[in-house]
Amino acid sequence: MRLEPISNAGPARKLLPPVLAILASFVVAAVLALVAGGDPFAVFGLIFKGAFGSKFALLETLNRATPLIFTGLAVAVAFRAKLWNIGAEAQFYAGAVVTAALGAGAIGLSSVFLLPILAITSALAGAFILLIPALLKTRFKVDEVVTTLLFNFIFLLFVSYLLEGPLKDPMGMGWPKSARLIPEARLPRIVEGLRLHWGFALALICAVALYVIDRKTTLGFEMRAVGQNVEAARFAGIPVTKVILKTALLSGGLAALGGFSEVAGLKGSLTLDLSPGFGYTGIVVAMLALLNPLGVVAAALFVAAIFVGADSMSRAIGVPTYLADIMLASALLMMVLAILFTKFRIRRD
Amino acid sequence: MQAFETDAGQGEPVLRMTGITKRFGAVTANEDVSFALQPGEVIALLGENGAGKTTLMNILFGQYAPDEGSVEVFGETLPRGNPRAALSAGVGMVHQHFTLAGNLTVWENIVLGTQPLGKLSLSPAAVRARITALAQKFHLKVDPNAKVGKLTVGERQRVEILKALYRKSRILILDEPTAVLTPQETDDLFATLREAVALGLSIIFISHKLHEVMAISHRVLVLRHGRLVAERAVTDTNREELAALMVGSEVTAPDIPAMPAGPALLSLRDVHATGLNGVTLDLPAGQITGLAGVSGNGQAALFDLISGLNPVRSGAFTILGQTPAHWTPRAALETGVGRIPEDRHTTGSIADFDLTENAILETYATKFSRKGWMNWGRARAATEHLIATYDVRCPGPQTRIRLLSGGNMQKLILGRVLEEAPKIILANQPVRGLDIGAVNYVHGRLAAARESGAAVLLISEDLEEIMTLSDRIHVISEGRLSPAFARGSVTVAELGKWMAGDGEGSHAA
Repeated sequence: MRLEPISNAGPARKLLPPVLAILASFVVAAVLALVAGGDPFAVFGLIFKGAFGSKFALLETLNRATPLIFTGLAVAVAFRAKLWNIGAEAQFYAGAVVTAALGAGAIGLSSVFLLPILAITSALAGAFILLIPALLKTRFKVDEVVTTLLFNFIFLLFVSYLLEGPLKDPMGMGWPKSARLIPEARLPRIVEGLRLHWGFALALICAVALYVIDRKTTLGFEMRAVGQNVEAARFAGIPVTKVILKTALLSGGLAALGGFSEVAGLKGSLTLDLSPGFGYTGIVVAMLALLNPLGVVAAALFVAAIFVGADSMSRAIGVPTYLADIMLASALLMMVLAILFTKFRIRRD
Repeated sequence: MQAFETDAGQGEPVLRMTGITKRFGAVTANEDVSFALQPGEVIALLGENGAGKTTLMNILFGQYAPDEGSVEVFGETLPRGNPRAALSAGVGMVHQHFTLAGNLTVWENIVLGTQPLGKLSLSPAAVRARITALAQKFHLKVDPNAKVGKLTVGERQRVEILKALYRKSRILILDEPTAVLTPQETDDLFATLREAVALGLSIIFISHKLHEVMAISHRVLVLRHGRLVAERAVTDTNREELAALMVGSEVTAPDIPAMPAGPALLSLRDVHATGLNGVTLDLPAGQITGLAGVSGNGQAALFDLISGLNPVRSGAFTILGQTPAHWTPRAALETGVGRIPEDRHTTGSIADFDLTENAILETYATKFSRKGWMNWGRARAATEHLIATYDVRCPGPQTRIRLLSGGNMQKLILGRVLEEAPKIILANQPVRGLDIGAVNYVHGRLAAARESGAAVLLISEDLEEIMTLSDRIHVISEGRLSPAFARGSVTVAELGKWMAGDGEGSHAA
């Protein structure tokens, strides 16, 4: 048997990977649910109910999806240009740190001014953090997978230092957390009385904006050209280095906006457990979305629903929440495998 | 063409390929190729890139199944398309790109794949002893315990040869073995090969370096356009004849009317750069300047230099009377240099982009966007115009370019270049792999551009193409140019001499 390239994949073949991947993850989860002593259909039913079954559940899912949309977009935009940003976690925290530092009373303005300032400075911080590995890549050909991945750990330790030192809340009874944001620095709720903040709307706006950039702007065209064939792009006079650096700024900024949204919208202060790996899960989200900005929204909702639903399911029948992690991991693996089959078909010799 | 018996070697042939034909779609890679290899004989397989050498060897080695014809090794017909059968029949191939694992030792690499699965009785000491014995026998100096990753290229090649010998190969195929070697290493390799031949092995040596072919082989087979066009004993031929045979000597009368040369639109004076050793060149307006030469002698370096991808290290570079300070692809495009690259698939186009996106790849910033926003409507209209004007056969501008045939892809690239009315046109192998219709079309368009006053640089390994189209011809060899020969003032044999690196007198200063 061998793999033979397919010259032209039809739309059905293109849509197959995410569908197959999600189906496969359900099959794996069903087996594991049986092993854990639960009825698979009951487990899936409870996950669904836990994620979408009530107004509260639905809002919880949307809240959980918000940071994943940001990190998913950050990863998607970078990966599309073949800039392998594995550091969305650090960029996410960079945004959170800036929001926590400037939003707790350091700047005394009304919300109308303060929130945009926090969003922009957060984004700049994230952009700057990815700019360094991007420069190392374009100048010295240093592999950005390594630099961005390792920088996650450095930055998390730095956040830990900040929370024990300069940013430590004097009223925090010794806990490593930052001071609470002033009310003017908090993202308001979209509808009064419903626990869903404007960060979610901002995430949707970013997804649409990225889609428009991709299809309608010169930068989007350049990013796609560089990502698909850097040699042809360079030959055609596309400024490859500049495009990679611009992509890095966009990607780092998007991840950092996630940190801003999470602190200003949901938590109100910075702690070390602000992100349970949103930066890494963003990679799963982006891959499930086939790096499509609008697909990222759908993929983030799917991933958030699995997590939120699994929590609730676990409380109800005692199948461990690890099931959610396994479902995601198997979905990602199946996705990578299934993508192969959009490009190749198996031939028997 | 039928193989004829040779006086080099004797007895039954160890290898016989008969009537081999292989087609890939409309392209015929090999057509009715027959030859026989005698024991103790070195055959050189000579031909330009794309002449069908590699395809033929891949058929011999079982990588491809031929459409017609058969392969016999030691009198046994090999099953079609089975690499294992070729290996076990005693055919060993040393690929141009080595297939070694850098983190393993030499002896581990050599036994890799020879051990039956599940058999654990491998004795490293015995293996090393056998390798050492083989290495001594064939003068292949290499330490069996060294890590392959730490070896030089020459040493790695020796490991590859040892690998074939360890598998008891009696026929060695070497694909461009000297391409990666220093002259000293090449001498060592040749010593080893002579030793192997003396011990009764047979060798097929693939190359387009004429002096090496003359030095090592008994017999030369020349392939052109997939056909075996000549077979010569090295004692009966010379480099000039081989060069002419390789590139084709049927030169037809030029059908391009002579035109007075205009001023030089581009001139290089003693330019040194990566791959170029003191090039002096003028591209006059209204003339096609042909650049002949065996591939890999600096053609790509010169193309890249004028394209803005290969920086000038020293020497004077003047274009349209100016010496540009910062020469990039974008600067080249803005100055009016149109470029048709050698590799239309990886350099000239983006496979998964549609025709519109490919058509505007060089002009999107200047013609199809405003303030950062693309004007796709105008881009699509321009592409439709291009498709109609340059006769690109395709379902429409939204087709992905990878689905087009080579000829139609080239027409789109040609159109992309010519629509900008460039003053200087670089065309590197513009018709390679195209069918006759597309070849004539591309040539006609280049000739028309010349008549409208453009300076054209035509780079080709096909002498026939060069001699038909060019007003003036340079030959490039080892990064240096011959003087310019006016149309009709030079013979194929003379060009062949320059291509072989020993033209009359010195190179143009």
